[in-house]
Amino acid sequence: MFAYYLRLALVDIRRNPVLSGLMVLAIAVGIGASMTTLTVLYLLSGDPLPGRSAKIFYPQVDPSPYTAPHIEPLDRMDYRSALDLWSAQQADRQTLVVDSLLKVRAPGVDQPPRMETMLSTTADFFPMFSVPFQYGGGWSAVDDVKHARVAVISADLNDRLFGGADSVGRTLTLRGSDVRVVGVLKPWRPSPLFYMVAGGRYASGDTADLYRPPENVMTPFSAGLEINDGNFQQFTCWHPPERPGHLEDSPCVWVSLWVELDTPAKVDAYRQFLAGYAAQQKSLGRFIHAENTRLRNLMQWLDFNGVVPSDVRLQNWLAFSFLLICLSNTVCLLLAKFLRRGGEIGLRRALGAPRRAIFSQCLVEAGLIGLLGGIGGWLLTLTGLWLIRQQQAAYADLVHLAVPMFLTTFALAVAASLLAGALPALRASRIDPALHLKTL
Amino acid sequence: MLSMQNISKIYRTDVVQTHALRDFNLEVKEGEFVAVMGPSGSGKTTFLNIAGLLESFDHGTYMLDGEDVSHLDDDGRSRIRNERIGFIFQSFNLIPDLNVHDNVDVPLRYRGFKAPERERRIREALEVVGLASRMKHLPSQLSGGQQQRVAIARALAGEPRMLLADEPTGNLDSLMARQVLDLIEGINSKGTTIVMVTHDPELARRAHRSVHVLDGQVMDLKAVPDAPRRETTAKA
Repeated sequence: MFAYYLRLALVDIRRNPVLSGLMVLAIAVGIGASMTTLTVLYLLSGDPLPGRSAKIFYPQVDPSPYTAPHIEPLDRMDYRSALDLWSAQQADRQTLVVDSLLKVRAPGVDQPPRMETMLSTTADFFPMFSVPFQYGGGWSAVDDVKHARVAVISADLNDRLFGGADSVGRTLTLRGSDVRVVGVLKPWRPSPLFYMVAGGRYASGDTADLYRPPENVMTPFSAGLEINDGNFQQFTCWHPPERPGHLEDSPCVWVSLWVELDTPAKVDAYRQFLAGYAAQQKSLGRFIHAENTRLRNLMQWLDFNGVVPSDVRLQNWLAFSFLLICLSNTVCLLLAKFLRRGGEIGLRRALGAPRRAIFSQCLVEAGLIGLLGGIGGWLLTLTGLWLIRQQQAAYADLVHLAVPMFLTTFALAVAASLLAGALPALRASRIDPALHLKTL
Repeated sequence: MLSMQNISKIYRTDVVQTHALRDFNLEVKEGEFVAVMGPSGSGKTTFLNIAGLLESFDHGTYMLDGEDVSHLDDDGRSRIRNERIGFIFQSFNLIPDLNVHDNVDVPLRYRGFKAPERERRIREALEVVGLASRMKHLPSQLSGGQQQRVAIARALAGEPRMLLADEPTGNLDSLMARQVLDLIEGINSKGTTIVMVTHDPELARRAHRSVHVLDGQVMDLKAVPDAPRRETTAKA
């Protein structure tokens, strides 16, 4: 009977092209608006490390000298605490990260120097975060210790400086210091730039910057601090640093530490280790709030920082409210459409159609209108996403219609239209055949 | 075939109650052709709606084909309408967007027949009414008489035990009316019970017997045991 109902639905859509077109348009506009914002929300709220995020943790200690108890430790660590915890090697993997800006030039390449972002990190960064390589690879732990002058560069920088060729072994000049390229990344665009996320809760929802692209140059942490000495930015300080930009011995927090813990037992052990370290630092007189430590996993840390911009959430609510309005209109139009066919429905009932057959027929018609609305909604979604890509938001380049969202577009359109069609279909199935027979 | 005992039907609004049928009694034997006559508002259509299980009633008993159908649920009523009753309406009641074939197909779809069985029934029914060559025509492309013949084919396709006809020639000129009535008589001659509501005494004369309804009650009921008799009797 489904094929029969489908054929009847097509006949009726042809019979009332204006009314049907209005319904398709209402659903298409509602779905287009909803799916545009939902796609952005989906892209911004996804897991940046699927399958691994539960094993990646962000330790926090509280080195601040404030006597009032803190609700939460500061979002980054002071240099000494970070280096102590990293050097202890108590996790399966651990990495330090700090970013800065510096001038980059490629000797032998006829291009002017340019300011680029640099990530100073440690060897575990690449395997911990499953960073994909196009050429070469990361550096070793020995390179970290030896302050090796090596670098990994992004695919984008490699394209710009070396035309996308294998540049492993080539030299880059970073703020006057030569480093050897040991690896070139494949295009890599984690969303958000999770390993640099901090301070989201102070941003009043304006967190778009957490979706900026990764740094173009990566160097060993120790070498990076030397090369770009004096050009690092603190997260916060409780006294002004003696020499701005020189933060190793400053009363500032500015370094992030990430650890990988593969089992729950290791998580517990690391939590104890963190508490032990804080207690030890308190006994040394360096910490006041030794009890104020945290160990959140990656997704918990992203949630804590409220990484999804509040305007995206707001837009999503508005778009779905709009969809609701569109559906209300569709309910009214469907009701009018079905009841206008009271004579035909009465005849079908007289000829033996049970109520459920009329209900099914009307619902199939509503579903077909939803499907057509879904096609329109899909085109409008593509248009909406294109418009977002033209904006200046840091995440604009991330925006695209992924397969799950493409399928969701149609599922939502059909589900919405079935929902909108249920009441009119029920009303139609309750039509009194004797009363309506003479209206055909 | 059809037996109504003390059927009452009251239409209620907030301010008024209308007794459409009161103590309505009627027996129609299998194979009979009965004409139901009466002035407008006498209850003929209400009777036909109840007989066709399109409306419920307030009191009384309705036996159809030996089965008490007084208290059937909606599914049961739909099934009986589909399997045992054929309808012919004054205004043909064809679905304008469906062609002749698809109009005749409507009741068969709800019967659950497979496609070959439906096709056979549609073809045979349209052959009976002489419109097998017009299967792809839309109702608007047919004359009134042809449309009514399509409606008859639609009623016949389900091979009903009883045909209910509501002024089947009311919208036709005399020539077409005669053709349609010939067709109905032909169907009756093959054993299908026919109950026809009409205003027209000429048409009623072609039935085996006529029943007069006035103020929701049968005023005259005269059974004719044998073959068709073309006469009408009325008692005041």
